[in-house]
Amino acid sequence: MRITFRDAAHLIRLVVVVLIAIAAFAGLRSLMVPETFGQYGHYRGAALEENRQRAVSFAGRQACAECHDAVVEAKKPGKHANVGCEACHGPQAKHAEDPSLKPVKPDSATLCARCHEKNSAKPRGFPQVAAKEHNAGMACADCHQPHQPKI
Amino acid sequence: MQAAHGVEGFLYPNEVELQWSILIVLYPYITGLVAGAFILASLERVFKVEAVKPTYRLALLTALAFLLVAPLPLQLHLGHPERSLEMYLTPHRSSAMAMFGFVYLWYLMVVLLLEIWLDYRKDIVQLSKTTRGPVGWIYKALTLGSSNVSEGALRADDRIGYIVTVIGIPSAFLLHGYVGFIFGSIKANPWWSTPLMPIVFLFSAMVSGIAAVMILYMVSTWMRKKPLDTRCVDTIAKYLFYAFVIDFSLEMLDLIHRIYEADESFHTLDFMVQTRLYMSQVVLQIMLGTVAPLAVLAATQLWTFTEAVRQRLYFASGVLTLIGIFAMRWNVVIGGQLFSKSFLGYTSYKMEFAHREGLLAAIALMILPFLLLWGLVKLLPPWPENEAKA
Ligand code: HEC
Ligand code: HEC
Ligand code: HEC
Ligand code: HEC
Repeated sequence: MRITFRDAAHLIRLVVVVLIAIAAFAGLRSLMVPETFGQYGHYRGAALEENRQRAVSFAGRQACAECHDAVVEAKKPGKHANVGCEACHGPQAKHAEDPSLKPVKPDSATLCARCHEKNSAKPRGFPQVAAKEHNAGMACADCHQPHQPKI
Repeated sequence: MQAAHGVEGFLYPNEVELQWSILIVLYPYITGLVAGAFILASLERVFKVEAVKPTYRLALLTALAFLLVAPLPLQLHLGHPERSLEMYLTPHRSSAMAMFGFVYLWYLMVVLLLEIWLDYRKDIVQLSKTTRGPVGWIYKALTLGSSNVSEGALRADDRIGYIVTVIGIPSAFLLHGYVGFIFGSIKANPWWSTPLMPIVFLFSAMVSGIAAVMILYMVSTWMRKKPLDTRCVDTIAKYLFYAFVIDFSLEMLDLIHRIYEADESFHTLDFMVQTRLYMSQVVLQIMLGTVAPLAVLAATQLWTFTEAVRQRLYFASGVLTLIGIFAMRWNVVIGGQLFSKSFLGYTSYKMEFAHREGLLAAIALMILPFLLLWGLVKLLPPWPENEAKA
């Protein structure tokens, strides 16, 4: 017995439902995908411009060195020579623009542990201390010079 | 620090804490059950194995219930379920993980739902005429407004259903082989990176899915106080045994290959298996979850037992199998994160309890498919017709 058109009517209905679903998806897609998506790559092209518009917050090492060459010199002999100023002082673009905006001094009691707290995941050669045992509640800068930490 | 993470030796900073939790263990476990259950159902249909017919519909509904839950562990792990749609809107073709969404969708929509609909259409039409209230509306919607169940229409359903099943088998292979591929293609991790991974995953999926359907069939039959079709469970157990032998051989092949090749990662992995993974790998996965059920199944093939004894043996080996395959997923996912890429250290996995990715969430996610299955069984009874009348 051949399968007649009438016998396949429910299947045709199914195909129609599927087509409607696909059309709905295509509609949803055109609504939801941002216009500039895929302009340069797998992201929203306009995001680049939006990021460019954001205020710069880091000035970079060279900027600090222009006015604070004394500190740069002080740092040179120590192991912190290559640690960027703003890694400790935070983003200072505003201060570099206008030095009358004085940066707050970093609190060494919390600052130094960020890099030096003992952790077995760190390379063995990296200087590290268990802050609680090492400094007995004192600020690190009471004994160490932040710019030249060797004692 | 050291005690809290159970860190030993040297690890890179990003290795101390495991990023892939127990939820990522559930993901391959659940998709495996889906693929396995479906392959069992397909056996009946494509290879016309009449004996397993009583489990055909139950296997399809089991596959559907677990498939609906399969993405949830991932979404819970990633933490932004509302963003999952974006994977379809802006597909990322170079990411295997992102393309999984399409593999999933294909399998759910084109294979599983279609096959269930075609197979149940006659029942749906009947139920839509006899059921009132909201459930009746569901049936009415499912008929798509056509109540044609003439001989010709059913034949058309059967023929298309057959084609769907034939497409479905490679799709089920794809679904779970794909999960294995995702792990197997992580070249930075020697515990995962092997081309055998998709095949091992596939066969372990078949093993777990067949065991799950067998157990669900036994339990549901006992719960309904109906006689168990022993010929059916005998046949399923035989398939379970065959699939398990292949799965076990593949895993042993992988193991022997690793031992003989003994590349630079070997000592680290070997040490890990002897210490941190000893319980879950050697005891749970290999001894209790593989050798024990294989021995029991082999015994049922070699000697004759009474029906009652056989049923108990099958049940026991099914439960052990499910534990063993879960342990295997655990050892792959968690084991692969316990050692350092430097091969110089180990960390440990501390599971949270009441946490987004904790044990509680995992238990809830494992109960959910059974609730769904219960609902599906109420909606679309899978029991054989002659039995329903009796
Ligand atoms: C245009 C010159 C200039 C630049 C560029 C500059 N500073 Fe300054 N900075 C100053 C002056 C002037 C002071 C004020 C000195 C004073 O009042 O004793 C100062 C003071 C400071 C202080 C001390 C605040 C205090 O409490 O004593 C810090 C810290 C500092 N600058 C950090 C930086 C860092 C980090 C950078 C680089 C991002 C930077 N500065 C770039 C001129 C500059
Ligand atoms: C390792 C962290 C660290 C780095 C790197 C660092 N600083 Fe500092 N700096 C400090 C701390 C901490 C203080 C505050 C010391 C105190 O409390 O007296 C400080 C104080 C200062 C002061 C105040 C005057 C002084 O000398 O006490 C200036 C100016 C300054 N830093 C500039 C710089 C500049 C410019 C650089 C980069 C060349 C830099 N710092 C790099 C930690 C750092
Ligand atoms: C941004 C990360 C960072 C911060 C913050 C930081 N350091 Fe360091 N520190 C380093 C690095 C990098 C070295 C060099 C390590 C090396 O070369 O092995 C170092 C080296 C040292 C040494 C060893 C010096 C030597 O000559 O052996 C001491 C002591 C030290 N730091 C103290 C401090 C103190 C005190 C502070 C807080 C004021 C601090 N550090 C903040 C990164 C940091
Ligand atoms: C009471 C003074 C004192 C204070 C406060 C102190 N240190 Fe030290 N620290 C020392 C001395 C002295 C040494 C040198 C010891 C040595 O070389 O064996 C040292 C050595 C170090 C070293 C080098 C260790 C190594 O293995 O090379 C680091 C890093 C360090 N301190 C970090 C800190 C940090 C971070 C703090 C704040 C949490 C801090 N120190 C506070 C006195 C102090």
